[in-house]
Amino acid sequence: MLSTYRYPKFEYRTPPELMAPGKAGRYPVVVVGAGPVGLGTAIDLAAQGVPVLLLDNDDTVSLGSRGVCYAKRALEILDRLGCGQTMVDKGVSWQVGRTFFRDEEVYSFNLCPQPDHHRPGMINLQQYHLEERLVARAGQLPNIDLRWKNNVVSVTAGEAGATLSVETPDGFYTVTTDWLIAADGARSHIRKLLGLDIEGRVFMDRFLIADVVMQADFPPERRFWFDPPFHPGQSVLLHRQADNVWRIDFQLGWDCDPEEEKKPEKVIPRVRALLGDDRPFELEWVSVYTFQCRRMRSFRHGPVFFVGDAAHQVSPFGARGANSGFQDHDNLAWKLKLVMDGKAPDSLLDTYTEERGAAADENILNSTRSTDFITPKSRTSLLFRNAVLGLARKHAFARALVNSGRLSVPSHLTRSRLNTPDEDGFAGDMVPGAPMDDAPIAAPGGEKWLLSILGNRFQLLYFVEDAAGIDERTAATLASLAGDAVPVEAVVVARSGAAPSGLRTVHDVAGRIAERYDATPGTTYLARPDQHVAARWRVFDPVKVQRAVAVATGNAVPNLMEAA
Amino acid sequence: MPLITANNFFEPGKRYFRDFSPGDEFYEALLEAHQNLTDEQSAQLNAKLILLLANHIGDIAILREAMALAREDTE
Repeated sequence: MLSTYRYPKFEYRTPPELMAPGKAGRYPVVVVGAGPVGLGTAIDLAAQGVPVLLLDNDDTVSLGSRGVCYAKRALEILDRLGCGQTMVDKGVSWQVGRTFFRDEEVYSFNLCPQPDHHRPGMINLQQYHLEERLVARAGQLPNIDLRWKNNVVSVTAGEAGATLSVETPDGFYTVTTDWLIAADGARSHIRKLLGLDIEGRVFMDRFLIADVVMQADFPPERRFWFDPPFHPGQSVLLHRQADNVWRIDFQLGWDCDPEEEKKPEKVIPRVRALLGDDRPFELEWVSVYTFQCRRMRSFRHGPVFFVGDAAHQVSPFGARGANSGFQDHDNLAWKLKLVMDGKAPDSLLDTYTEERGAAADENILNSTRSTDFITPKSRTSLLFRNAVLGLARKHAFARALVNSGRLSVPSHLTRSRLNTPDEDGFAGDMVPGAPMDDAPIAAPGGEKWLLSILGNRFQLLYFVEDAAGIDERTAATLASLAGDAVPVEAVVVARSGAAPSGLRTVHDVAGRIAERYDATPGTTYLARPDQHVAARWRVFDPVKVQRAVAVATGNAVPNLMEAA
Repeated sequence: MPLITANNFFEPGKRYFRDFSPGDEFYEALLEAHQNLTDEQSAQLNAKLILLLANHIGDIAILREAMALAREDTE
């Protein structure tokens, strides 16, 4: 079927429970679903030392290219998981999106106009390529037990964990687990088995996806047309993927016949009209889809967590689906690890649904707004839409209103109870709860980017001009934070010099860290294990740091009087 | 002061992390104002809205400029 891709067939192996029948296996964490988010979850936990049993009901990767766009933040998370580079190498990097109304360009955007970031605004990569690379990464981690053709058929959950019944080609077996993570997609079987609801809005529209193999010289940019001459009255979206595969989305409207529209004799003329010439092309994959914007009220039910599409779904305009799924496990993994290690209370896990629920609301809001712009629901909304597009040719304000998709950017978790509110003045966007900006560094280990040294533990960025000028007492205090119950690694960010006491030092070679974090000498940032700002001050005070770590981990805040 | 045609949407006291957010928020509110109205009712709402905003702006030179720009490419 696919001319550019051969599907791998992963080997099913008889599970140990069926080799020695009668024994129910007991596991600390079971993840269900080896799609992008389930694989990301398993890798994230396993890389932090948690053994993971990962179950999938199939034995290959995503059928068809499906998800295509992976945003800067997802790539930064994949970097933290140790497989970002292979995605970037295979994918098509892009930053610019162009929007056309009829036959004229009315608006363009650049996803990452700032210089000095490691990762591009977005890459396009077929989902099967992404999954294949994630499976390879999971295979490097001995504490991931990935079982193909293992289908969960029943689940019960209570105080003591969850019990699953699993069907395999060799028969059924039972496993129990302390924690269950459902990453089994929009039609989550686990969600249904537990009788849980997901609520939201269905959009009355249909879209045709065609993956086309061809030689074309369109630049690697996103192109979106409102009402183009080659597909009048509807919208069209074009993306370049790896291996000269092009993704084309044709809006069809609600009244079309999806089975009819999938036939090559219907699809080929549509593609031909878009290309406008006789160049050869081949259809690789065709599908017709509808979509919904909806979320579960809570992403946690006792020992069960829902991540990715199982927990929340958005329209595809904005690439906020898989991208937000990676951010889910980015948020959950470190919290679960702390709770499993007895270093944080169970209540920390409730902040997963608080923080990611707020992010899901933001994604649903943006994706709903895009959809309402792309698919006007009334004559009046069509009138406004076309007036905006008409004005956009000449007027900047109208260009800003053109909404062909607000592409995935991470949420600022400003309302999280894990943040310590600012008591000092700061400019810029690196507020408590912000996903941390990248910037170039020079470091003894050869690392070139700030985010490459951040993550998987709490860290304290301490800004100075000359690292060698840090006095012994301050250096010893910074170093001692590593010995706390929740360890904090101090990182000195300097323009020059090496810090005493063997403290890790990086140089802000381009001055971008100080610029993006509004840092002056003495400025101190506390970073969470998921590269989000937990707290910041103009002056380093170890007591305030310890209080902020307690707040960020849901622990009791140490008595201030004692320290004063 | 001439007519502002650069992006100018904001809400006092509200912090936005993305440039597109305030404009999108306005546009959503505009469509919500029209929800469940007939075409005739929507046209009436638009007329009233223009009059309210025109009075708020007050400066007739600005209003003339806006009317001229809105008229362009309309015939």
